[in-house]
Amino acid sequence: MGMRDLASESAGFDNAPAGCGGDGAGPVGDVGNGAQVVPGRPDRLGSAAEAQSDPSGAEVRPADGDEPYDLAVVGAGPAGLAGAVTGAELGLRVALLDLSDRIGGQFYRQPAAALRATHPERLHHDWEAFADLRRRLEASGVAHLAGHHVWTVERVEGGAEWAVHAVTGADGGEERPVRVRARAVLLATGAYERQLPFPGWTLPGVVGAGGAQAMLKGGLVLPGKRVVVAGSGPLLLAVASSLAEAGAEVPAVIEASGYLGYARRPRALAANPHKLAEAVTHGAVLLRHRVALRTRSAVTEVHGAERVEAVTVARLDEQWRPLPGTGRRIACDALAVGHGLIPGIELATTLGCATRRTPDGARALVLDARQETSVRGLWAAGEPGGIGGAQLARTEGELAARAVAARLGRNPGPGGRVRQLKSRRTRLRTFAEAMATTHAPGPGWTGWLSDDTEVCRCEEVSAGRVREAVQDYGARDARTVKLLTRAGMGWCQGRTCGAAVSCLSGDPEPPSERRPFTTPVPLGVLAALPPTPPLPETHRG
Amino acid sequence: MARTPRELAGARPDPAFEITLDGRPVTALPGQSVAAALWAAGILSWRTTREGGRPRGAFCGIGQCYECLAVINGVPNRRACLVPAGAGDAVTTQEGHGHAGLGV
Repeated sequence: MGMRDLASESAGFDNAPAGCGGDGAGPVGDVGNGAQVVPGRPDRLGSAAEAQSDPSGAEVRPADGDEPYDLAVVGAGPAGLAGAVTGAELGLRVALLDLSDRIGGQFYRQPAAALRATHPERLHHDWEAFADLRRRLEASGVAHLAGHHVWTVERVEGGAEWAVHAVTGADGGEERPVRVRARAVLLATGAYERQLPFPGWTLPGVVGAGGAQAMLKGGLVLPGKRVVVAGSGPLLLAVASSLAEAGAEVPAVIEASGYLGYARRPRALAANPHKLAEAVTHGAVLLRHRVALRTRSAVTEVHGAERVEAVTVARLDEQWRPLPGTGRRIACDALAVGHGLIPGIELATTLGCATRRTPDGARALVLDARQETSVRGLWAAGEPGGIGGAQLARTEGELAARAVAARLGRNPGPGGRVRQLKSRRTRLRTFAEAMATTHAPGPGWTGWLSDDTEVCRCEEVSAGRVREAVQDYGARDARTVKLLTRAGMGWCQGRTCGAAVSCLSGDPEPPSERRPFTTPVPLGVLAALPPTPPLPETHRG
Repeated sequence: MARTPRELAGARPDPAFEITLDGRPVTALPGQSVAAALWAAGILSWRTTREGGRPRGAFCGIGQCYECLAVINGVPNRRACLVPAGAGDAVTTQEGHGHAGLGV
């Protein structure tokens, strides 16, 4: 890959407090940014998928009576699709809830149907695997509930069943609440992007790297004509090659880590040759479009009055501390930035599911050998168990569905298939851990913040105010910083700034918060809920 | 190779229609979100923040960050990256919490 030297000129950085960051090391996988649950018009597929909805819009249940579904799957990305179709093929009655009006999640986000894309595969990697899942879904009896934004999952019927609550509509604004009862729940809620703030990152034209890709895949649009891609993680290469293929000029990809970390884990790479092949594919595209790759570098400032006009790129040391005197300007009209992905686990943590710290300092669900969380009857697959990409997500979704079938007394299929899936999962998880270690944020990134850099975009809380809360008022964790400054208290509920605030507070533990509502819910929806009898002690999270 | 996203994906949508941002006409394709239509027109911000009055637009693109909130047909706090554009939609820059025009 061609590398240009972008060094020179000072940027003036100060000391970087320690606090967060990972255990450090190396390259490139198919990290999907995952599915996320949301929206509402029941888009039913297949003959057996005639789910009923009562006139008040309260409860969706299978067509053949009052029984609950066997399995409710939340999220229609790779993990959720694999889980739903496998479950249905094993004879389970399955409901698949997803916020989007089309299946695919973020990784396989499809252009809106009305755009009538004749070559959607050109925007994607490994499209054939998705086409297979889509065919199987269409042939199955899965009730696909599109446009359903799940906001909470609760135990009902004395703990024997789950109720999955959703609001509906493109952005959940239709106020028609839906409740889906099921014996088992599979959370396939994907991930969202980790953002680390830097001066100027709120300027229009700075967009999430995953966001730029989502807007391209779904709406066939670009944020600008000349787009710098920056941050850390294998997603950056995929985003840069997508943007370049779609006509954007991409002057550079700026990666804060090096790729040597992968080389330090030769076995993880040797066992996953498809990951290398994928990197080579992206690399070839970037080479063809003359995209420079700068490692150990970061965008430390964005310039522009009303919108992005240029960025400053500086070299970093091993700890991600910007090296003084290495700043160099690159003219551009947009910046697509992201620092890896964070598992979307709010529905699970609210139920008390155990979590673990990942090598890149995020929080993921603890899962057993059959994908079950620490809460019995609640399974998870894909990114919620740790960022690992679409292939791992499909593997885990299928494993989870087979485990659910076994739990419900059905035939989970051939033992050989389960062993094969488990072996594949182990291999892919090994790679995922190497990837997370390689691209883990170094603690020195806080060195590029100025006191007036906004950290919490929703509540407009600056780095200076967060530092004041830590240095002057003794805050030692993100929760205390939030109470003192409102950082993380806005619309996004800390999804965007949580990782950064946690680092700045010096808390080595990633934030883990229980959120009774994972998406905004109108008061009228809550008022209309039937009262729930208390659960037996044994089922309390 | 001056390719566009539409050409790359081989999109064959029905004819474009018009929406407005603060009264100014913007062309949208069937299926595009409000945010996508605005991006296609080169518009990157359609909200001002509550405290500093600073311009904001779509950031995460997947409905998680709430930066793209807009007033759509009189309803504030709609996530423009999720809401599909409809012919004749009147999009208004959301100022502050978006309720100024509603008397609340």
